[in-house]
Amino acid sequence: MSKLFIKLKVNLILYILPLFLASQSFAQEPEIPTDAAVISEGAKLFKGNCAQCHNVKTRLVGPALQNVWERQPVSWVINFIKYPEKTITSGDPYATALYEEYKQMMPNHDFFSDEEILSILAYVKDETNKEDVADVPTPGSGGGGQEVESSVNSDLLLAIVVGLVILLIIILIVMVLLVSALTRYIRKEKELTEEEKEFLDQRFDVGSVLKSKAFIGIVTFIFVAVVAQGIVDGLLGIGVQQGYAPDQPIPFSHKLHAGYYEIDCKYCHTGVEKSKNANIPSANICMNCHNSIRTTSPEMNKIYTAIENNEPIQWVRVHNLPDLAYFNHSQHVKVGGLDCENCHGDIKEMEVVQQHSLLTMGWCIDCHRETDVNAKGNDYYDKLLQLHESDSKEPMKVEDIGGLECSKCHY
Amino acid sequence: MKVNKKTYWKGIEQLKNDPSFVKHADKEFSDKLPIKDAFGDNSEEGSTRRDFLKMMGFSVAAVSLAACEAPVRKAIPYLNKPESVDPGIPNYYASTYADGGEYCSVVVKTREGRPIFVEGNSFSKITKGGTNARVNASVLSLYDNEKAKGPSKGGADSDWATVDKEISSQLSKIATSGQEIAIVTNTILSPSTKKLIQDFSSKYTSTKVISYDSQSASALLEANKRQFGKAVLPTYHFNKADTIVSISADFLGSWFSGVEHNAGYSETRKIGKNKKKMSTHFQFEPIMSLSGANADYRTPIKASQEGLVVAQLFNLIAKSTGGPTISGIEKVEVKNLDLAAKKLLASKGKSIVISGTNDIAVQLLVNGINEMLGNYGQTLDLNSPSFQKQGNDAEMASFVGRLEKGQVGAVIFYNANPVYDHPMGDKIAAGISKAKLSVSTNDRLNETASLCGYNCPDSHFLESWNDAEPRKGFLSLAQPTISKIFDTRQFQDSLLKWSGSEDTYLSVIQSYWKESIFPTQSKETDFDKFWQRTLHDGVYDIENAEGYVSLHGGEVNAEELAPVDYAGLSSDIKKNYKAANADFELVIYSSAVMGSGSQANNPMLQETPDPISRVCWGNYVAVSQSAAKELGLAEVFETKVQVAKVSANGVEMELPVIVQPGQEAKTIAIAVGYGRDGGKAGKVTAEAGGANAYKLLSFDKTVKNVQVAGVSIAATGSSQHVAQTQTHHTIVGRETIIQESTLEEYKSNPRAGRYDPHISTYSGSDKPGNISLWDVQSDGYKDDPREKTEKKVPGSWNEVMGLKADQHAYNNHHWGMNIDLNSCTGCSACVVACHLENNVPIVGKQEVINRREMHWIRIDRYYSSPANAETAKELEEAAENPEVVFQPMMCQHCNNAPCETVCPVAATTHSSEGLNQMTYNRCVGTKYCANNCPYKVRRFNWFRYHNNEDFDYHLNNDLGKMVLNPDVTVRSRGVMEKCSMCVQRIQAGKLKAKMQGRPIQDGDASVACASACPTNAITFGDLNNKETEVRKLMEVEIKERAYNVLDEINVRPNVWYMTKIRNKDAENA
Repeated sequence: MSKLFIKLKVNLILYILPLFLASQSFAQEPEIPTDAAVISEGAKLFKGNCAQCHNVKTRLVGPALQNVWERQPVSWVINFIKYPEKTITSGDPYATALYEEYKQMMPNHDFFSDEEILSILAYVKDETNKEDVADVPTPGSGGGGQEVESSVNSDLLLAIVVGLVILLIIILIVMVLLVSALTRYIRKEKELTEEEKEFLDQRFDVGSVLKSKAFIGIVTFIFVAVVAQGIVDGLLGIGVQQGYAPDQPIPFSHKLHAGYYEIDCKYCHTGVEKSKNANIPSANICMNCHNSIRTTSPEMNKIYTAIENNEPIQWVRVHNLPDLAYFNHSQHVKVGGLDCENCHGDIKEMEVVQQHSLLTMGWCIDCHRETDVNAKGNDYYDKLLQLHESDSKEPMKVEDIGGLECSKCHY
Repeated sequence: MKVNKKTYWKGIEQLKNDPSFVKHADKEFSDKLPIKDAFGDNSEEGSTRRDFLKMMGFSVAAVSLAACEAPVRKAIPYLNKPESVDPGIPNYYASTYADGGEYCSVVVKTREGRPIFVEGNSFSKITKGGTNARVNASVLSLYDNEKAKGPSKGGADSDWATVDKEISSQLSKIATSGQEIAIVTNTILSPSTKKLIQDFSSKYTSTKVISYDSQSASALLEANKRQFGKAVLPTYHFNKADTIVSISADFLGSWFSGVEHNAGYSETRKIGKNKKKMSTHFQFEPIMSLSGANADYRTPIKASQEGLVVAQLFNLIAKSTGGPTISGIEKVEVKNLDLAAKKLLASKGKSIVISGTNDIAVQLLVNGINEMLGNYGQTLDLNSPSFQKQGNDAEMASFVGRLEKGQVGAVIFYNANPVYDHPMGDKIAAGISKAKLSVSTNDRLNETASLCGYNCPDSHFLESWNDAEPRKGFLSLAQPTISKIFDTRQFQDSLLKWSGSEDTYLSVIQSYWKESIFPTQSKETDFDKFWQRTLHDGVYDIENAEGYVSLHGGEVNAEELAPVDYAGLSSDIKKNYKAANADFELVIYSSAVMGSGSQANNPMLQETPDPISRVCWGNYVAVSQSAAKELGLAEVFETKVQVAKVSANGVEMELPVIVQPGQEAKTIAIAVGYGRDGGKAGKVTAEAGGANAYKLLSFDKTVKNVQVAGVSIAATGSSQHVAQTQTHHTIVGRETIIQESTLEEYKSNPRAGRYDPHISTYSGSDKPGNISLWDVQSDGYKDDPREKTEKKVPGSWNEVMGLKADQHAYNNHHWGMNIDLNSCTGCSACVVACHLENNVPIVGKQEVINRREMHWIRIDRYYSSPANAETAKELEEAAENPEVVFQPMMCQHCNNAPCETVCPVAATTHSSEGLNQMTYNRCVGTKYCANNCPYKVRRFNWFRYHNNEDFDYHLNNDLGKMVLNPDVTVRSRGVMEKCSMCVQRIQAGKLKAKMQGRPIQDGDASVACASACPTNAITFGDLNNKETEVRKLMEVEIKERAYNVLDEINVRPNVWYMTKIRNKDAENA
């Protein structure tokens, strides 16, 4: 509902405002380039500098930018991007209206050259002209999508199995019918010897089959095998919680935040490059953005309540390493140069975060055996690398520098 | 055919053919098995043992099934994360530890806002980055759940508003009536607090501040007041002294400023390639103190002779320097005294003479000696004096008199507990009720506080703002590192409240610093910047102290000056001391670990053994070997000792007896700090037990810590276990354990005292390190260098060692440690630091008696005789005054570790960095490793100490658990543990280097024991890195003083010790 409202509002701004401003003169307006190289250059700049607050098609902290060049002359836009505060305080009516609406001032971007701003505009124009590829997912709907997809797959499988079973039953019935028809035919039509009669009249004896040694043996074997497999699996699985996806007090969607909005993991998980903990973001980090975006919703209210009551939000821990194992995020992310996805899986697609990796010691060791040390440009490893290269042609693995030793993780 | 007609019967029942017997006759066991459960409890009807086993079988299955479902764990982030706090990253805050006059500048390590470790602040010019056991343990006192949770009135909980209102109104009433308001305190180091008390006094004009110290130095203060016009202690520069003569002053232990003196002293004891000179240390004392244990020449004297010994030394010096002599004193034969005088005269201006006797006459003589030697201005600094003892015994005594007579209107005890720790404690206890208002600010309702009308608990120093000036011109700040745990309030804030001020103490400190300290410097022009910088550094030293006047005094007061009357002194000495005394004498001392007993409820301190007697948890009466024999107290079976009844000063107490070698024959000694009222001081003190030796102190002008008459000791016939952690006292002839020599020999041969064991082989004798059974690199070659295929690491430590036997390849780091036996004074700071850094459990008195203590590092103390004693009798005689060596002992991280090969589950293994790693979660507790360890440093964890209510040592409740280091596993029962060489710190140091993309440097990784050590006896670092201190040291010392303990068994430790060198003449050695 609220999304619709935002869209309406954006549309209003987009279409109504230019009507008022159309009368202004357009003198020697710079052209927005359409060159592919310029567009990609603009894309970079946009992502680096603008994307935190602006989207082309949606309103974020700042207005949506599609068709921005139609709202005001390009030179005005350039000037406004460079000196928003000046423009607003100078009493420019459009700028003032923007300020009134958004209650926020964009910081100065006077470090941009006009060409750079034009390249950004070129990117925006290019994006504007692209067809809507994906709609904004909202919490709930996205997850639903995922579930539907997986249920389609399983439904299909089920249908095939059920179809096969039905087919088999039909075949069975047909066969039985055939047999009975043939028996009847033989009885009617043929003279039969005693032996043949006996054969024909013999009854299928379930009891004797059940009592046969072979049957009991097979059943016992299957039973023992299944139980043993179950026990072994159960024991191996103690403490292993792969796929653990508990319900959280606030159904925060990583798919929306990290996936769709491409917010960098490190923006919220501030400790990941400097500490052993990646850190679950504190409420004030949520409020950095949610001060201006989607300020009210039942879920957002939970954050407000937490802040008002001075009671931190109790998230359910997804990744539970035992106390005896020491793991340090900064070692792996900053020093090792690993991506979060390496261990946490495709977080960008997870509506509800789940434990992607096994997190068993075997899993750690496997990775330490297979992974090359990120030694390039890190003087710490110089000596080790030199020694390693002196007697091996293989790349230096974590294992080679003591990565399998007990007291690297247990102390 | 039945031949025998007899009937055999099992019992009367069978004979009578009792129906109930017939019924069960064919059953092997009766229905009810005598044993009902595994714990021998057969009082109740219930399930049988078989049921128990069945149940157990079921419950094991149930538990393993239940274990499949992991419990839901919560992750609770900050609501509003403080910018400076990142979970997982420690923050460090400079602060100041001050307990009465005891001072240490510290750096507090906090994790997620809770202090977990206290380290020394290397910026401090006083403590120089060192600590002692009490400083290290103080962080555990913060989390003591038995502290007062808030203000109380008459023992019942109250609230601050009520208490403040009542106290303020009573104070003004008492002040208007002109009655005395007494603030009773220990030494106050904080100038701002003194300023505050001045302000308080100007509002309540009848205020008097009475200061006393439980270990009084009142006589020294008085002597300096008379002779120099300042009632202060001089700053002793032990680092500048060539000759140190101490008469009963335990300057390395409990005298005052132990950390400072340890640091200074050890500077003069360190020797090396470029410094073949060390101080000579004479100690004359009745008991074996920590300083005596470190002395080159130690002579046991009677306490009743102290004055005579000092007077004789005075005369010897005076004769040579031409000063006035003390005439007519009795002559005592004191060994080494002439030598001491000779050495003193040879090092004029570079010597120190001190006395721990609380007698003004003796202290005046000692001052005289130092003056004649020209030590003032050189090794003794009165221009920048120390303020670490300010207590005045006479003023305290007169206060007690007034209190008894009901002349005191109000009394405020500022963190002082005189009922317990003052000789007139009983009188004070009786007198408190006579005051109209009695307030205490003690952290719990202890002996004094429980008698006061109000207790307004002061916050712990880690929760408080404060400042300190332990020495004139050397200031430091204390800042809170955690918000208040209980509803406590700083004494200073309370005082402000009661004087009707709205200020906070922080603003008082700041304004004092702005007015008085800020103008003494010119570096910063902005006070805020100055404040921030000082707060960051923790310390601020006034560079140009000219014109600077400290609030603690220290200026010459001409009125106080009194010319020293040597004739008068001689009569005083003659009166109070005698050359021969056949009676027993009693010395009341304070232990180097426990100190005054203010932290007696700290289980960490209780479990740290006394460096000399190795006894923890409780005090004892120490007697000499001959006295023990004479009194029938000598019978000792391991930790089971005799109990004696001691009476002196009209007080009787029963205590276990420890036979103390080196103690003067007719002297008995008891330590203070024990015998607290367990109900008031806490459960830990109750467990420690012991008796309160403060009751034995007497008062005559000053507090006397010796009793030379009326002392009796007798066996009670009973015996008792004491918690002693070392019950053998020699090295049992193993010459590689302690290697020592004298300075003379060292000068001519740096390898003097070294013992190099050699092993006989088929090809002749060889160093143990060259032959080996081990094939560590699994290449099939052990010791033949021609066939060696192992790669060499250029410049590595193994290359320096050049041993022929197979070696581990340490490509990057090779962690190693060097411990200088010459620097180690045995203070035991490392033991406490190690415990707190590594979450080592505290096990309690009974478990120590059961030999289950968990110390990862221990200080072995060995006695030796100067003469080569052979027979038992000679050994016994030698024990009258043995030499002492302290040897810190922890896992030696052997390269050929015997523990590693016997572990059936590979729970202890060798790392590629030279560490012997212990993997707790793999350990199944066979204890083979401990049995096979030649150093006996492995500790078996018998209980879940942290979750067991039988081990109530702060750590089994949620509050106490806050002190645990989150980077170190809290071990469960059933596993072996031992020193890891602080592998968590090594890993953190490596990570720091990696993150900055540089090789690791010296100092990135340090170990807790080395960082706590006040004497820098422990050097730790990467032996493979040519730039590290330990490598540079070892490159020299491996050819000279460095040795491995038990070298002959070729386990090749990565911990080296350096020979103990004593500065003794050949004829005395």
